[in-house]
Amino acid sequence: MNTTISIEPLTRIEGHARISIDLDEAGNVADSRLHILSLRGFEQFICGRPAEEIPRIVTRICGICPWMHHLASVKAVDACFGVKPPPTGALLRELCQVMAHINDKILHFFFLAAPDFILGPDADYSVRSIMGIVRADPELANRVAAMRKLGQQLLEEFAGRAIHPVAGVSGGFSKPMTKEERQRLQQGCRTLLEFAVFALTYGRDEVLNKYQNILQTLGRIETGFLGTVDTNGAMRLYDGDLRLMKADGSFTDFAPEQYKEHIKEHVENWSYGKMPWADSWQEGFSMDLDRPRGIYRTNTLARINICDHISTPIAQEALEEFRDLFGRPAQGTLLYHWARLIELVYTCERSLELLADDRITGDMIRHNVQPGAGRGVGHVEAPRGTLIHEYTTDENGCITSANMIVGTTHNLAPMNMSVRQAATDLIKNGHYDEGILNRIEMAVRAYDP
Amino acid sequence: MNIRLAAESLHSCSGCEISLLNIGEALIPLLNRLQLVHLPLLMDHKYSDPAGSETEISIPKAEIGLVSGGVANTHQLQVLEAMRKSCTTLVALGTCGTHGGIPAMINEWPMADALQTVFSTVTTEPVDVPNQDTPPMLDRVYSLDEKTDVDIFLPGCPPDPTIIARVLEDFLDGLTPEPVTKSVCDTCPTRRTGKSERKLLRFTANARFDSNESTASMQCLLEQGFLCMGPVTAGGCGHQGEPACIRARVPCRGCYGPVRHQDNQMLGMLNGLVSQGIDFKTIIDRKSMLRFSGAHGRLRPLKEKKRAS
Repeated sequence: MNTTISIEPLTRIEGHARISIDLDEAGNVADSRLHILSLRGFEQFICGRPAEEIPRIVTRICGICPWMHHLASVKAVDACFGVKPPPTGALLRELCQVMAHINDKILHFFFLAAPDFILGPDADYSVRSIMGIVRADPELANRVAAMRKLGQQLLEEFAGRAIHPVAGVSGGFSKPMTKEERQRLQQGCRTLLEFAVFALTYGRDEVLNKYQNILQTLGRIETGFLGTVDTNGAMRLYDGDLRLMKADGSFTDFAPEQYKEHIKEHVENWSYGKMPWADSWQEGFSMDLDRPRGIYRTNTLARINICDHISTPIAQEALEEFRDLFGRPAQGTLLYHWARLIELVYTCERSLELLADDRITGDMIRHNVQPGAGRGVGHVEAPRGTLIHEYTTDENGCITSANMIVGTTHNLAPMNMSVRQAATDLIKNGHYDEGILNRIEMAVRAYDP
Repeated sequence: MNIRLAAESLHSCSGCEISLLNIGEALIPLLNRLQLVHLPLLMDHKYSDPAGSETEISIPKAEIGLVSGGVANTHQLQVLEAMRKSCTTLVALGTCGTHGGIPAMINEWPMADALQTVFSTVTTEPVDVPNQDTPPMLDRVYSLDEKTDVDIFLPGCPPDPTIIARVLEDFLDGLTPEPVTKSVCDTCPTRRTGKSERKLLRFTANARFDSNESTASMQCLLEQGFLCMGPVTAGGCGHQGEPACIRARVPCRGCYGPVRHQDNQMLGMLNGLVSQGIDFKTIIDRKSMLRFSGAHGRLRPLKEKKRAS
């Protein structure tokens, strides 16, 4: 008899999702789907609002990465109003953005992903969580909790809020940084860098290397990649050009404003989540595992793959080691975790680099803004991938239309494929258990949706 | 006694859960005193047996249940009902749960129009709105108390970690958490001179302040001519005597919802402005004063003609 296996809710991820896996009569996988269950309609309800208010509204798209939406939005509003922030304003924005990345990566690796590795994919669900780590390794748990708190506190003390920020404003930033604030942030970021270097070594040696057997195989698919680089091909998170790479490693660079010439969004009638794909490859859209078409991935592994190098020393060294081991582009889905730890180091190093720039304590933080009619694209690299906001405004500077391509959605088609790949590989002749179903979820969790 | 905790998030962004994690090291002793039985962001308890019926939602019994987010589709409603059934005390965590929050801004449009807009953006393939295995949307976004009995309201977008920690500690110690009675203004140190601008400005230029001085030396932002929702918004967002947005030198937009649960932030604010002689007609998008509290029927679809004008 045909049966459908349902995994719900997907856990240790941010959103609301369910997996269904259809088995054929022999008990092998016939089909699978990752359903996104909710939809909030931001593109509709920001319409008619004064554009300068939008960066304070779209933060609620994601409580885990509100800084990303805040700043992509503020950049889009700047473009609508034809204003650019002064250098100090731009530095302050980027600092907050990379610091928010730090907290996000600590959260994902240690709180959400690590239980599968440290406690094991087959550990009982009542143990396989951060609470299990608290019991198994209280010292590590305390250190991780302290580092996350430090990261959030630094942001909050300087910018008022860590979650749902308000300090990015069209034309620049809402408050300057004092010399004392700069010193405290430098001290804090040095502590975070020290932890990041520990996390990279610990994650590589004590966690990921122990799972060599699945690191390159679980949920593995062959796809292209999308991320952001500067004109020298160095990895960038706040600003730069988009780079779209094919699975064979060839790539095209383009300005974020041109995203519509490259990306379209596919819709399946069983999910509220849209699936972006590379229209400019002119091969159509298909999630077929053997012959995928138009499929690319974003998030840490993508950024590590598309960049020519990383501009900070420790992260660059880690990138070289990664490339020696896994090549470019690396395709193993669980390698997202490894790439995440490299980015954790980069974001700490980059924060210190920005704080070392004397212009960061300048007084000129914001240009005056004249609301008016326009069109603007704003983009940043969010933890989960390239984030694009595009708005049009009327003569009063109020929103008339909006389009948003959110980090996670780029990976919805790849996640569906990884689920299919993992399920097909692991479920045979109707046999499955809790450990197997958790491994299928691990393939999703790597994408940190 | 062993206190069991269950938590769910519905029509929300996970910000409340991140705020819970932001309790930091103090969270670890709390987690050791509580027994977590269901919390999808952190642990792997599932609704039902994988081969069972897809509609069945079972959540283990718990003394305390935290629910963040409002209710906007049939699936969220089922999860809320399951939480109510399983939890002795149900806490609405965050402003989405208590008053609809930002997602309830959609209540100014018919839900079908909103879905159509989302699935017809410039980059989206021309398609029908997904309707197979996707939970149907309700007619609007509801707060939790519109759909079930709520025992404790804990507004905030998100509620500050110290507030969440205190409620959990109170609960563990058998105390009843005290509701907020102060407004953001009551907790704000900025300087009031009694002299206000008569017109309200858009926030297209920064406030006036000396960055080397504390916020106590900055003139009240409402007096400086910026719409600041502090007078009609529940306090609790601040640390060390500064509301969170004021620390960033930015006016309040009302994210903790009204001071008293049933109050209307827009009417309250308009009354306040009128009594101070401020011309409220200079505010564009007045409805936006309800951007955090649009449930309870406060925000409704505008008539087609009015929206077009």
